[in-house]
Amino acid sequence: MKRFFRLYQIEQKLALRSGDMLLFGVAMPVGIMILITMIAGSRMAGDGYTYLESSFASLIAVGICASAFMGIPLTIAEYRDKKILKHFFTTPCSPMWILGSDVLCGAGTALLSALSVTLVSVIFLGYRMRGNWGMFLAAWFLTLISMFSIGLLMASLCRTIKSVNMVTTFVYFPMLFLSGATIPYELFPSGLRKVADVLPLTQGIKLMKAVSLGMEMEAVWKIAALLVGITLLCSVISVRTFRWE
Amino acid sequence: MSTCMEVNNLTKSFHGRTVVNGLSFRVEAGEVFGLLGHNGAGKSTTIDLILGLKKPDRGNASIFGMDARTNRKAVFERVGVQLQSSNYQNNIRVDELFRQMTALYQEPEDYHKLLKFFSLEKLEKVQVNKLSGGEKQRLSVALALINKPEIVFLDELTTGLDTAARREVWNHLKELKNKGTTIFLTTHYMEEAQSLCDRIFLIRDGKKVTCGTVEEVIANSPCENLEDAYLWYMGEEAVK
Repeated sequence: MKRFFRLYQIEQKLALRSGDMLLFGVAMPVGIMILITMIAGSRMAGDGYTYLESSFASLIAVGICASAFMGIPLTIAEYRDKKILKHFFTTPCSPMWILGSDVLCGAGTALLSALSVTLVSVIFLGYRMRGNWGMFLAAWFLTLISMFSIGLLMASLCRTIKSVNMVTTFVYFPMLFLSGATIPYELFPSGLRKVADVLPLTQGIKLMKAVSLGMEMEAVWKIAALLVGITLLCSVISVRTFRWE
Repeated sequence: MSTCMEVNNLTKSFHGRTVVNGLSFRVEAGEVFGLLGHNGAGKSTTIDLILGLKKPDRGNASIFGMDARTNRKAVFERVGVQLQSSNYQNNIRVDELFRQMTALYQEPEDYHKLLKFFSLEKLEKVQVNKLSGGEKQRLSVALALINKPEIVFLDELTTGLDTAARREVWNHLKELKNKGTTIFLTTHYMEEAQSLCDRIFLIRDGKKVTCGTVEEVIANSPCENLEDAYLWYMGEEAVK
C-alpha cells in the first residue's frame, strides 16, 4: 500500500505540473461560479431556488467532467501509446497500479475542484446548502464513479491516441456545455433540455442539485439507480475490452 | 556455469505470418548473449515471448526455471528490462522516474548509485524529455538495473545514437558484465555484437541461421570479419 501510494504521489505531481487539469478542472468552474453569481446570483432559476443554488451543484460537476472525459482517458491512451503500461508488465507490480493511480489522480483533481468551488461559494458568495452535506457528498461520489466508468470505457474502446483525442473532444465539450454544468440548465429551451437529458452528466447534476436543495427523495433514488446502472455496465465493458497495447 | 534462461522451439505467428519460428537456445549465467538480425527479423517479438508479454503458439521459455507468464512476481524481481524505444511520462524528472521504479520492487538498489555509475548524477533534477539521446539510453539501462537484476534484457539499446554516445553506453555495459550481470541484448550493429557479446545468435525471418562465439561465427563463413560474415549468412539463406 505504501509503495502504491508513492507511485500515486508522483503521478499526482505530474498531473498538477502539466497545469491543464488545474485550468479546466479547477480555475474554470470557480471563475464561472463567480461570474454567474455576479450576473444573476439572487435571481430565481426555477421553482424556489436561485441561480447561485443551481450553479453550485452543477459547477461542482465540472471537475468530474474534466477528469472523466479528458484527464483519465487521455493519460491512459498516452501511457499505452508510449508503452508505459507494457513496461509495468515487466515489473513484479500489477499494471493495475498505474491505472489505479491515474484514476485516483482524476479523483484528486475532481475533489480539489469541488473543494475550491465550495469554499469560494460559501465564503465569498454566501452560499448555504439546504440539503444534507453528507447526502450531497454521496451524490457527488456516485456522479464521480459513474462518469469515471464512462471515461474508462472511452480509454478501452479507443485504440489510438488520435481516436481518444477525437472522442474526448466530442464527449467533453457537449457534456460541459449541454449538461447544465456550465450554462444553467434552467436557461435551456425545452428542445435542448431533451438533448441534455440524454447526457449522463446531466443526470449526475440533477441528482446533486436535488440533494443540495433538499428535494423529495423519490426522484433522487431513480437517478441514483440509473447512475449505478451506468457504472456497472461501463465498468464491465471496459474491463472486457481493455488492451494494454 | 549455470543456465539462466532456456528457450525451446519458440514459435509465434501474427495474421498467418510466422514471426518467430522454432527458436531454441540457452543463456548461461554471466554471459552476454546477442540476438542479431535485420529489422523485422523477430528480435523484439522473441523478447516479448520470453518475458511473457505475448503468448507463444508453440514452445516455451523459462527464466531461472520459471515461466514469466505464470510467475510474473518472482521472475521480475530478478530480471531487468529495457524495452525498445522506451518512453516516459510527460514532464517527469529523472529522480521522479527512479523513485517511481524504486516503489515497484521489494529490494531496490539505491538509485543514486546507479546515477553515478552511468554518469547521470548531475541530471537528477532534469526533465527526462530534455535529455540527449545518449543520456536517455544510459537512463533506460540504469532504470532496468533498479532491482539489482541477475539478468537484464536490452532491446536495440543503441539504435539512433551517434558513435561516441554508443561507445559510452558500451563501456557501461562492459563494466556491468564485469560485475557478473547476465545480459541478453538484441542489435543489428555488428560492431556492437563484436565488442560486447560472448555468444551471438543470428536469426532471419524468425528462424535460426547460426549460433556461437563471434570467432566461431566468422570461422564458419568464408569471410574475415563479422559484418561480412553476417551478410554472407543472411544472403546464403536467401539463395536457398
